[in-house]
Amino acid sequence: MSTPVVDVPESPAELTRSPSLGEYFRSYIDRVRGGDIGSLPAVFGLIVLVIVFSILRPVFFSAGNFANLLTQGGPITVIAMGLVFVLLLGEIDLSAGFTSGVCAAVLATVMTDWGWSWPLGIVTALLTGLVIGTAMGTLVARIGIPSFVVTLAAFLAFQGTVLLIIGEGGNVPIRDSVVLAVENKNVPPVWGWVLWAVSIGGYAAVVLLRAQRRRAKGLSAEPMAVFAVKVGGLALLTGVAVYVLNLERSRNALVISLKGIPWVVPIILVLLVVLSFVLGRTAYGRHIYATGGNTEAARRAGIKTASIRTSVFMVCSTMAAVGGIIAASRANSVDPNAGGSNTLLYAVGAAVIGGTSLFGGKGKVRDAIIGGAVIAVIDNGMGLLGYSAGIKFIVTGLGC
Amino acid sequence: MTANATENGTPILQMRGINKSFGPVHVLRHVNFAAYPGQVTALVGDNGAGKSTLIKCIGGIYPIDSGDFLFEGKKVTVHGPRDASALGIEIVYQDLALCDNLDVVQNMFLGREERTGFVLDEASMEERAAKTLQSLSVRTLRSTRQLVASLSGGQRQTVAIAKAVLWNSKVVILDEPTAALGVAQTAQVLDLVRRLADQGLAVVLISHNLVDVFEVADRIAALYLGQLAAEVKAKDVRQPQVVELITTGRTEGVESELETGVDEGVTA
Repeated sequence: MSTPVVDVPESPAELTRSPSLGEYFRSYIDRVRGGDIGSLPAVFGLIVLVIVFSILRPVFFSAGNFANLLTQGGPITVIAMGLVFVLLLGEIDLSAGFTSGVCAAVLATVMTDWGWSWPLGIVTALLTGLVIGTAMGTLVARIGIPSFVVTLAAFLAFQGTVLLIIGEGGNVPIRDSVVLAVENKNVPPVWGWVLWAVSIGGYAAVVLLRAQRRRAKGLSAEPMAVFAVKVGGLALLTGVAVYVLNLERSRNALVISLKGIPWVVPIILVLLVVLSFVLGRTAYGRHIYATGGNTEAARRAGIKTASIRTSVFMVCSTMAAVGGIIAASRANSVDPNAGGSNTLLYAVGAAVIGGTSLFGGKGKVRDAIIGGAVIAVIDNGMGLLGYSAGIKFIVTGLGC
Repeated sequence: MTANATENGTPILQMRGINKSFGPVHVLRHVNFAAYPGQVTALVGDNGAGKSTLIKCIGGIYPIDSGDFLFEGKKVTVHGPRDASALGIEIVYQDLALCDNLDVVQNMFLGREERTGFVLDEASMEERAAKTLQSLSVRTLRSTRQLVASLSGGQRQTVAIAKAVLWNSKVVILDEPTAALGVAQTAQVLDLVRRLADQGLAVVLISHNLVDVFEVADRIAALYLGQLAAEVKAKDVRQPQVVELITTGRTEGVESELETGVDEGVTA
């Protein structure tokens, strides 16, 4: 066996002893050395990319461009968050891009052509995604067709579906102010700070409560210093981001004022919290990891693996619908190529760069955010450097 | 039941006259098998003798064609793994059925997570897992939050066994628990098997390794071509006799305690 046998006799109490700060870091480094690197390379890459682009094009490091980055990265990040669920089972959804296109087309049609209200339009788009996911998930889980084949077929079919809905060469505009606000309007600066305070406070409370419960049961818990560093670091980092986004970034503030966090950010934040909770803290999430890690073991443990498999496609396609709505908001319209070209590849790239394994069992929702940031930074930075789309694709590919 | 069997107390698990066929292949022929609380019953037999089929019948994975399944003296029907678990029968398969990407606690509670409302109750699960590991005097694990991927073969076996006893199970069936282990780890696992029995559980041990069998087993049941060749007390036989039972289905001077059905024309 390659790993050293650690059959050191230790007292059973060792199992639950709280680590000291030093031990905590040492065990973290051990984990990293042992190959459990998670999203570390992506974070590192992100920092390097930001530094490089900032030196080459100082405008990259401006408040205006920062806001741009967030709105640019929004749609693919959301699609990637859904893809994480599918990737956790070692499956793939190649149709996620065009699923987002179909849902965006449905949204545009019912709202602009049929005059439905925005809540109805959004629910219809989400349901469209849910139905698509259910159909594909059933084909994969119950009939046993490989997901690569099912979603490849869906990729082609949905490309045609978008064309049929929108009409060749056509373009359906989005006129609803609420849907447009997602990518084009900002949270008022004061509310931005409120949001920041609530998020950080909530995070700190959750972590503290958990540690307290564990200590009460005599289990090992994170050292307080680690807690302080985590919460403090997060508060500082996000605080800077909120501050920068609250700066005036309009070229002519008298004509139109442009400041605050883009609305898409709190939306992604809520999705992140909800999906992370589902994956990390519910039995359903645990069963997804188990099925992805060892389907046979999960089946023997009484987990309905086929249902789990179907459900992840439902989550993925519904998230693709959310991504489609955000993309429609960004483009102010839906064209026949919605969700096409590089949407899917960027989304899969985002999930995988962030640290999600293509072979299943490993990955977190936040990986999609970090990976999405990397993709958005490369895309945005290369654009600023004035390179052609060709060079941009090649560099993004190298980045992956 | 013969007089000898009653001397050992009532068997907690008893299979009487079990038949099982897969299409034209008659895999189990009138098999009688019993496991007693506080004892390790070794199930031995050559490849294809029907050991795995028998335990899968006990575990509810295969339905039996005919015969009686008695648990604690009462006739029961087991339709699936859930039924077997509900009775208190846990099987540790040779491949252990652990998820490498989950940690020790997560694996032990897989499929039966404790929760408060929607939320997993991690603290309670970790507490119970640690208690179970302590009660089995497991000293080989560094942390209950270690990923199973980072464990050695012996540690994995330990986790799988701990997972089986976590649920107040009464019968634990181990399929070749020492097959892939080194000398020291084999000793550790056999030690654990003995402790399980000493805690009052009925342990069924499937093994090809007769040295292991003689080290821990109280009783030995030998299967030969789908029939029970003999069920004997370990101290009444010697290793060559068991080898003979496994390879030929009979041996001189061994009087089986249960009706075996071999050479009685039952299935001829």
